[in-house]
Amino acid sequence: MSSGDVWIIGAAMTPFGRFADKDLLDLASEAAMGALADADTSMADIGILAMGNVYEANSHNGQRLQKQIGQTGIPVYNVVNACATGATAVRVVMMSIAAGECDSGLAVGVEKMGKMGMLGGAAKPRPDKKVYQPKGRYGSVLKTEGVLGTGLMPGVFAMAGMEYALEHGVTATHFAKVAQKNHAHSTLNPLAQYQKEFSLEEILSAEMISYPNTLPMCCPTGDGAAAVVLVSDAKLKTLDPDVRRRAVKISASVMTSDPWSKSGQVQPDVNTLTRQAADMAYEKAGIGPQDLDLVELHDCFATAELLHYDNLRLCPPGGAGDFIDSGAPWRDGSIPVNVSGGLLSKGHPLGATGVANIYEVVTHLRGEAGARQIPGAKVGLTHVIGLASACAVHILEAGVRR
Amino acid sequence: MPQQIPVVDYLELGDRPHLRARECTACGALYFDRRNACAKCFGTEFTARALSNHGRLRAFTFVHRVKRPFVSAIVELDGGGVVKANLLGVEDPEQITPRLPVVLETYAVGTDDEGTEAIAFGYRPQGGEK
Ligand SMILES: [Zn+2]
Repeated sequence: MSSGDVWIIGAAMTPFGRFADKDLLDLASEAAMGALADADTSMADIGILAMGNVYEANSHNGQRLQKQIGQTGIPVYNVVNACATGATAVRVVMMSIAAGECDSGLAVGVEKMGKMGMLGGAAKPRPDKKVYQPKGRYGSVLKTEGVLGTGLMPGVFAMAGMEYALEHGVTATHFAKVAQKNHAHSTLNPLAQYQKEFSLEEILSAEMISYPNTLPMCCPTGDGAAAVVLVSDAKLKTLDPDVRRRAVKISASVMTSDPWSKSGQVQPDVNTLTRQAADMAYEKAGIGPQDLDLVELHDCFATAELLHYDNLRLCPPGGAGDFIDSGAPWRDGSIPVNVSGGLLSKGHPLGATGVANIYEVVTHLRGEAGARQIPGAKVGLTHVIGLASACAVHILEAGVRR
Repeated sequence: MPQQIPVVDYLELGDRPHLRARECTACGALYFDRRNACAKCFGTEFTARALSNHGRLRAFTFVHRVKRPFVSAIVELDGGGVVKANLLGVEDPEQITPRLPVVLETYAVGTDDEGTEAIAFGYRPQGGEK
């Protein structure tokens, strides 16, 4: 009798960074073949492929990947869902297995961003004569970025942080401590884009991007890929004991979008959908925040991580400042957060991120994380959120050792 | 006086410039843009509603690494409505206190080749009016 559980039996990621000599498919192939080898399986056994990618989402990269790693006629789903794209690919595979359509699948997330800059967006050529003409649903006559506030990521996450700061007395130093921690953690992760420690003073006095976030408090752009192989409970039972021993259970997989709120049209609400996803995931898994051995959460900016301590219920309501002060989210603290270095230092190739954080937790739950291993880790949580908005939370548990 | 046009259509110019939202007649939800249906209650009827020029600061950031640095703010308007705009006349994050009272202010932000001025709005701390 199958429990209906879905298991991760293979996981891999490329280093994150900037790889001028590799194209999107090189990166995706490296992660996909790595995950298949890790699972001791091959494309012959895979019943579904989901490909997560943001910037080249209209290129059918899933099918293009098949041409590199194996064309077997299986269904392919190309998914894009903001910064939750990779996690969405994992969920597509998981849902297919849960629905009984297949018993084994491959999810890949990949992105090639290079050094595209942060506040980016190249200007369009100007028309010969400028005549104000109301356009779009707001009837705007000019680009309102910088005129009516900011809608770009650094500003949005800075404002979200300052809203929390004004309400709960959190300071710029609290936010900087998040970056200090994640950069320190990354020195133990050979896959991280940056592996350099910064002092609190260096972070606070670095170039200001969008107050309170300075440059080391913002994630870099970069290239990278990650992949996981999922199987049904019934399939797992037929596999080699070495594969079963290293299998990690998906105890909860939840996706949410932002519900209506009064301020949502001007200020994306990154909190409510995260809270709802976390609460549903804890309930589904029968696990509470106090049971977590490690958390990989979406620290696209230092301000975001602090909010998510609260949203993921890692601290009492309003207590995120005290939480970072206490050292709890450091790798030797009570709930280690982003021991990979997080997006701030490991990097954030958009489509890969939601698979890579699962790779990180899986690696710890298997006891294979080397120098950055959280000793005895049995339960971990991953979280991603992308503006629009999309949020995914996964709770993963080490399999029963048998 | 030159011809004027608001930068967005939810800014009403005239003697007393103010913001105007589309209000869902069923649930009262406010929208600055045209909606096919209400995102809160799915109703499809909207009426225009004038919003207050006074409000309180809810969130902000000083945006750097751009040609002209600015302060972006989220303002909760008295009597309903939440709006995003630039915060005017503030130089330092230390000047900002929780729920700082602010007032709407309009100003010309550009002129097109026919001499029409685009009028934008922002918020200035109350008592700091020009
Ligand atoms: Zn409504």
